[in-house]
Amino acid sequence: MQKIGVFVCWCGSNIAATVDVKKVADVLRLEPGVVISETYQYMCSENGQALIRNAIKENGLTGIVVCSCSPRMHEATFRKTAESAGLNPYMVEIANIREQCSWIHKDMDEATEKAIVLGRSAIAKLKLNAPLTSGESAVVKRALVIGGGIAGIQSALDIAEAGYEVDIVESSATIGGNMAKLDKTFPTLDCAACILTPKMVDCAQNENIDIMTFSEIESVKGFVGNFKVQIRRKARFVDEKKCTGCGVCMQKCPSKKGKNEFNMGLNNRPAIYIPFAQAIPNVAIIDPEQCLKLKNGKCGLCAMQCQVNAIDYTQKDEIIEREYGAIVVATGYKPISLENFNEYGYDTYKDVVTSLELERLMNAAGPSDGHLVRPSDHKEPKVITFIQCVGSRDTSGCGKPYCSKICCMYTAKHAMLIREKYPDTEVHVFYIDVRTPGKNYDEFFRRAVEQYGVDYIKGMVGKVYEENGKLMVQGSDLINNEQVVIPSDLVVLAAAIEPNPSVRKIATMVTASIDTNNFLTEAHAKLRPVESPTAGIFLSGVCQGPKDIPETVSQASACAAKVVGLLSKDKLKCNACVAHSDETLCTGCSVCANVCPYGAITYVDKEFRIGGGKTETRRVASVNEAVCQGCGACTVTCPSGAMDLKGFSNKQIMAEVDAICKR
Amino acid sequence: MQEMNNEKRPLIVAFCCNWCSYAGADLAGSSRLSYPADVKIIRVPCSCRVNPMFILKAFQRGADGVIICGCHPGDCHYTTGNYYARRRMSLLFSMLDYLGIERERTRVEWVSAAEGAKFSAVMNDFASKVAALGENKRLEDLRCKE
Ligand SMILES: Cc1cc2nc3c(=O)[nH]c(=O)nc-3n(C[C@H](O)[C@H](O)[C@H](O)COP(=O)(O)OP(=O)(O)OC[C@H]3O[C@@H](n4cnc5c(N)ncnc54)[C@H](O)[C@@H]3O)c2cc1C
Ligand code: SF4
Ligand code: SF4
Repeated sequence: MQKIGVFVCWCGSNIAATVDVKKVADVLRLEPGVVISETYQYMCSENGQALIRNAIKENGLTGIVVCSCSPRMHEATFRKTAESAGLNPYMVEIANIREQCSWIHKDMDEATEKAIVLGRSAIAKLKLNAPLTSGESAVVKRALVIGGGIAGIQSALDIAEAGYEVDIVESSATIGGNMAKLDKTFPTLDCAACILTPKMVDCAQNENIDIMTFSEIESVKGFVGNFKVQIRRKARFVDEKKCTGCGVCMQKCPSKKGKNEFNMGLNNRPAIYIPFAQAIPNVAIIDPEQCLKLKNGKCGLCAMQCQVNAIDYTQKDEIIEREYGAIVVATGYKPISLENFNEYGYDTYKDVVTSLELERLMNAAGPSDGHLVRPSDHKEPKVITFIQCVGSRDTSGCGKPYCSKICCMYTAKHAMLIREKYPDTEVHVFYIDVRTPGKNYDEFFRRAVEQYGVDYIKGMVGKVYEENGKLMVQGSDLINNEQVVIPSDLVVLAAAIEPNPSVRKIATMVTASIDTNNFLTEAHAKLRPVESPTAGIFLSGVCQGPKDIPETVSQASACAAKVVGLLSKDKLKCNACVAHSDETLCTGCSVCANVCPYGAITYVDKEFRIGGGKTETRRVASVNEAVCQGCGACTVTCPSGAMDLKGFSNKQIMAEVDAICKR
Repeated sequence: MQEMNNEKRPLIVAFCCNWCSYAGADLAGSSRLSYPADVKIIRVPCSCRVNPMFILKAFQRGADGVIICGCHPGDCHYTTGNYYARRRMSLLFSMLDYLGIERERTRVEWVSAAEGAKFSAVMNDFASKVAALGENKRLEDLRCKE
């Protein structure tokens, strides 16, 4: 026989002013099974909880109903109270008589009557509750970081520093990401390589970090604490362990007409190459599209030159499988394609470049050794015009509706650096708004205008065309209310940035959600900004939204803290309200697995006794309790009525319906 | 609600998903946005947990209206649950309509955790529509009543 205790809270006057709490307790006391029914001013207070604890012990209660505020507020509190008195925490039900009763109704009789109904409904449900225990699953103490830009590097370093093993899987041939391509960085103007490459080296030297470049995620299975990941290590045709990065092969390679990706295609590289001097790993890679040996079997010069026999033309992709407790997505961004913006002539004129190309043109290790020349004739430009917001804040559908956030600052940086190094160069900037919030950021922008005399023009550019060897930038000057045409030698487009396209595939594999712009969604925009809604998946860097380096690094470290918090646990408590299939009813029809968003359901062959000493083998559904999130989709879809949800079972909900409908 | 005498107020069962709509109802409460006390809420983890049986049972037991509230499409805490709910309920509701349970007595609404005002507005509107239809007798089954 069940012994139920009912505890009606006044919540000061929050409930008691509109609900006759004494009457509620008196009426509910008469319900079958209820042995004690009391009220108290603040049930959640220490005294209130003590009252509940004592009542449980003194009366040997088998379950309690608390009529109080929303279960979203204090269900966890009262579960703990029950547990500390020796009751199973799932033998607790809450009747929400504050948010959903006293606060919205004015008439005392009406509110009291409703509170009684809600209490009855909770009692009816509680009678069908069963003690639940949440399962546990072990945590694999290793993290995976997908993407080796500054975000992935920082997250990996922090996780490794905390003592956990971490693998970085990077799709290109080196870690470093976009930051490695930058020249100097705002707001302090220190050179990107000087601050990034030491961190890259730290990664390579850290015993806890394993870097897998030129590798891709093939598949992800499992769940928080227990992911199984297949990684494709693509053939680079060079043995990573043997190559010393001497670079002799690069000099001897006769096929030199490959586009240098690191320099944004502004110059060429041989078929065998090291992406850049400080690449990590500092190991050569062969481009199979370009290598004469791999394409038609003729050549093989590099293998002959290599002192350590590192070249292996027969190397094949290799798939390895590893286990991880947590996954960090740090896949970063790329500038958008400018095919929708023909008016700026990017595809037509060589001297219309993107800002990232300009970074390479200004970089001492770039195609022009840091001497700013225009790509067409290698002459120094005398007039440079920048166009901001190319494809950002664009609601026409050609570009992106959001602000790329970094372009105002890097354009000010470019303008300033150019005026500093080449003082006789004229610099114009077309802008819609200048947005420079951030510590020392607005000061930085003002310096460009006030100290370096950069000409900022508020207005949009209509088109760029060529006339007499000059690039004519035609736009509007909204402040002086006139049309202007600026004959320029170089035009720089601050192209919008977008998430790396491969993030869609990654998001699908790890079941993380992405927004309409392909940025990964956080579990809570304000309070859980570095976690994905999927447990065990964390977000680092621009893949979550546009940001600059300081912000990226802060987020990366925050993300690492969350990962370390997870990895420091030996076991994870699973959700106790999980689905469960009654094997005697299940027909193994497979319908339930199809609707489960988490892949929690599998099928197993089981032997059942069928009488007469005989057995039969049947296929039945089996729910992985560590994976099931308890949505209940499968329970409704099951045609045999075999699948049910613990804590929200068919019978429990029916009992609530009954209690509510009883007049 | 004037159509019904005070003895017989409409009885409305609202299934609310834990993550969005139940929180939206809480927000309506903390913002003191009232709706009729005839609405009684049952908390479910997700709108996809609502079995058509629950709704049939409610009508058999004499409910006058049943409403299911979930997260907005695309915002489901479990990614896809509300799409299942939407598909299942549109089938069920048209079947119920065929059985004589008017379309105004059943409804699916998307209410986010931030939409306290919407929750209250939806409940006010639904309750007055149901009240206007009067008592539901079509599925009421006396054997289901004690
Ligand atoms: C022109 C320009 C100038 C800038 N100047 C500044 C500046 O002066 N100061 C400043 O603070 N910020 C500046 N920024 C911003 C800065 O570049 C970014 O904040 C920073 O690079 C973001 O780092 P990230 O690691 O998030 O992304 P990324 O640098 O894009 O790194 C992502 C990495 O993930 C890899 N990857 C992608 N997909 C996969 C996959 N599926 N599997 C495995 N690996 C994958 C990529 O290859 C890449 O290595 C500038 C940006 C631009 C465009
Ligand atoms: S309750 Fe949801 S998560 Fe759990 S097995 Fe069923 S469909 Fe999958
Ligand atoms: S839907 Fe029901 S009967 Fe079919 S496999 Fe799943 S639990 Fe078994």
